[in-house]
Amino acid sequence: MGEEKNKSFQLSCPAPLSGHATIQLAHGSGGKLTGELIQSLFLKYFDNELLRPLEDQARLTLAGTRLAFTTDSYVVDPIFFPGGDIGELAVNGTINDLCMCGARPLYLSAGLIIEEGLAVSDLERIIHSMSRAAANSNVVIVTGDTKVVDRGKADRIFINTAGIGLIEHDYCFSAAGLRAGDKILVSGNIASHGIAIIAQREDLGLQTPIASDTASLLPLVNSLVTTYGAGIHAMRDATRGGIAAILNEFAASSQVAIRISEAAIPIAPPVAAACELLGFDPLHVANEGVMVVAVSPEFADTALEQMRRHPLGENASLLASVESCDRAVVTLRTRFGTERFVDLPVGEQLPRIC
Amino acid sequence: MCLAIPGKLIEIVEEHGLKMGRVDFSGSIQKACLEYLPDAVPGQYLLVHAGFAISVLDEVEAQETLALWREYALATSEQEE
Amino acid sequence: MKYLEEFRDAELAKSLVDEIRRSATREWVIMEVCGGQTHSIVRNGIDQLLAGSVELVHGPGCPVCVTPLEMIDKAIAIAALPGVIFTSFGDMLRVPGSEIDLLTAKSRGADIRVVLSPLDAVRIARENREQKVVFFSVGFETTAPTTAMAVLQAQREGITNFSLLPAHVLVPPAMSALLSSDSNRVQGYLAAGHVCAVMGWESYEPIAAHYNVPIVVTGFEPLDLLAGILAVVKQLETGKATVDNRYSRVVTRQGNRSAQEAVTKVFRVVSRRWRGLGEIPHSGLGIRTEYEQFDAEKQFELSSNSVDEPADCLSGLVLQGRIKPSDCPAFGAGCTPAHPLGATMVSSEGACAAYFKYKQFLEPKWAFNG
Repeated sequence: MGEEKNKSFQLSCPAPLSGHATIQLAHGSGGKLTGELIQSLFLKYFDNELLRPLEDQARLTLAGTRLAFTTDSYVVDPIFFPGGDIGELAVNGTINDLCMCGARPLYLSAGLIIEEGLAVSDLERIIHSMSRAAANSNVVIVTGDTKVVDRGKADRIFINTAGIGLIEHDYCFSAAGLRAGDKILVSGNIASHGIAIIAQREDLGLQTPIASDTASLLPLVNSLVTTYGAGIHAMRDATRGGIAAILNEFAASSQVAIRISEAAIPIAPPVAAACELLGFDPLHVANEGVMVVAVSPEFADTALEQMRRHPLGENASLLASVESCDRAVVTLRTRFGTERFVDLPVGEQLPRIC
Repeated sequence: MCLAIPGKLIEIVEEHGLKMGRVDFSGSIQKACLEYLPDAVPGQYLLVHAGFAISVLDEVEAQETLALWREYALATSEQEE
Repeated sequence: MKYLEEFRDAELAKSLVDEIRRSATREWVIMEVCGGQTHSIVRNGIDQLLAGSVELVHGPGCPVCVTPLEMIDKAIAIAALPGVIFTSFGDMLRVPGSEIDLLTAKSRGADIRVVLSPLDAVRIARENREQKVVFFSVGFETTAPTTAMAVLQAQREGITNFSLLPAHVLVPPAMSALLSSDSNRVQGYLAAGHVCAVMGWESYEPIAAHYNVPIVVTGFEPLDLLAGILAVVKQLETGKATVDNRYSRVVTRQGNRSAQEAVTKVFRVVSRRWRGLGEIPHSGLGIRTEYEQFDAEKQFELSSNSVDEPADCLSGLVLQGRIKPSDCPAFGAGCTPAHPLGATMVSSEGACAAYFKYKQFLEPKWAFNG
């Protein structure tokens, strides 16, 4: 029905704004357009049952052993920022993607695309960060590749990491595993990474004490899985697209409604203020060291306390509850008791003025 | 065209001949032009829009406004008793 | 006192809501003419809290939304020229022109940069003397002083490669135009608090008197909005029609005189076409001839043409408050923020965008494929 409506509209509308002919920045920001690209291109051409679940990692069985396999590319600018650098991000990010299904991360690959002119000392600093981050999680970088491109063709350095982990349990943590009644916990203050990065843009003239929250969430995940096992239904680390992206993925995959409590959103005051100044919705801003966990309701309170006792979970909060519904949507209950819809971000958040 | 939030003026500086202020928004600091508030002093809260401070927040008025609203709250609870 | 949390208090909100419900003997129709207020209302669900006592109608308070289509086309044409750096507030980038938007132009190679302040555009001009830097001057009276200062500063520094593409609009003439319309059913107004921070509220007194409508200067926090609405309701209940200031911690009757003077120095009042509303006399600002070297319309040869909106776009009716975004057949179907028909769906302050972002799925009749 929607398609027919779209067809009739296109006949009269002179502007071919729907259906992009070129890739926009928004296609890479983890929101609606990324989703469109995945559905209309990648799933269309690559379609297979291992890809289809579209979790943070693929779960494979190889000669009787269950493995997790994932990849991610890092193009952050600037490459050095308060709280970390692109190297640390590249290792932690892929470790996080692996451990979100309860896998034990083991091996990483590192593919570097370096812009001609990058200082060798900068590269060394990044490589050192990568090695430290890997050691921190008992992970080894076992293979890699290096390419150098002309000046201007790569923003100083782009890094791709792929990772393999071992799944040593029978639990199935999946975005499709949420059930009505579940509670959703978030492990810490949101939007810190996105704001820390954007504050580095000199032209915005924004000074914040905020550092990126990049971290390996492996210890926190292990702690929760060991204690609660199958009581955990889903885990995701929040990256670009923010908390809103994850909750929308949960809702769509599990076909449930998710209701966020506005008062329970953990956020550092300077981050909240920076979001207001720039006109960003914190729920849509990137994170790097925050995870979202859907748990069976009887464990919600103790799991929350367990997270809070952990250094990575000091600001953990019981963010949302899961309900059955006619429409799988994410809503937010304001402090005034009213409700509003929480959508996937549409495109790049443009700093707004009005 | 109204996005403007209040922040605390912490320092006055000059840039290219313009009077500018460093304004603290709950820990995030941004510079704002003070040319339209020549009498602004550090410690005051300012309303900043598009990089310009356009108004000084009046604390007395703010307190009076809140007091008025609290009277409604009192009236409501008295009615409920 | 930090001026934030205090004005978001849920308990006080509840008592203001109760007071409004107690005071209203019938459902009153109140319009806010400020996109920031529209968003705050929809985001916090204030319209939900007042359903039955107050119908909130959203007016043309989004300067991004009312910038004429041909202005967007002009902007794109300038941005596409070699040797030009085109600067703008972020919200203008996704507004559809007749063919593309500025963001698409950017992806095709135009040097288009988002800035937070017109002074940033001046800085870019200072740092790039061989290029022409143009700033898209969109906004109400709140923003005009900032662009005026940019011009004055450029003049002081002898920066000759800077100009404005002027698209400022004024609120009071738009309000009068709406009030004069036969189809107007708005009974009371919330005046935009930050516009009034600059302009004061004197210019609303003749409007309140002539059209016999209460106009209340209102802020943006949830409590401010409720307090403003309450003040309008109280006036309506007692048959009063005056201008009342409910944002007194920010707004004074005379406003910011030095800001007003800078605007008068650089700009003069002109007639402007408002997207969706048509031409409104004396409703915009143009650059005075003494400053014409800073006027991009004079510096670049631009063809002037009138372009019509796509037929399916009803943003004009939305901007006049005659329909709600959800009444539009294209809402959520052919028109979404990712693929917008008109500016009201794209601008962060547009009513359609607010409804789409916060309200879809909350009302059963909006059944559409997401």
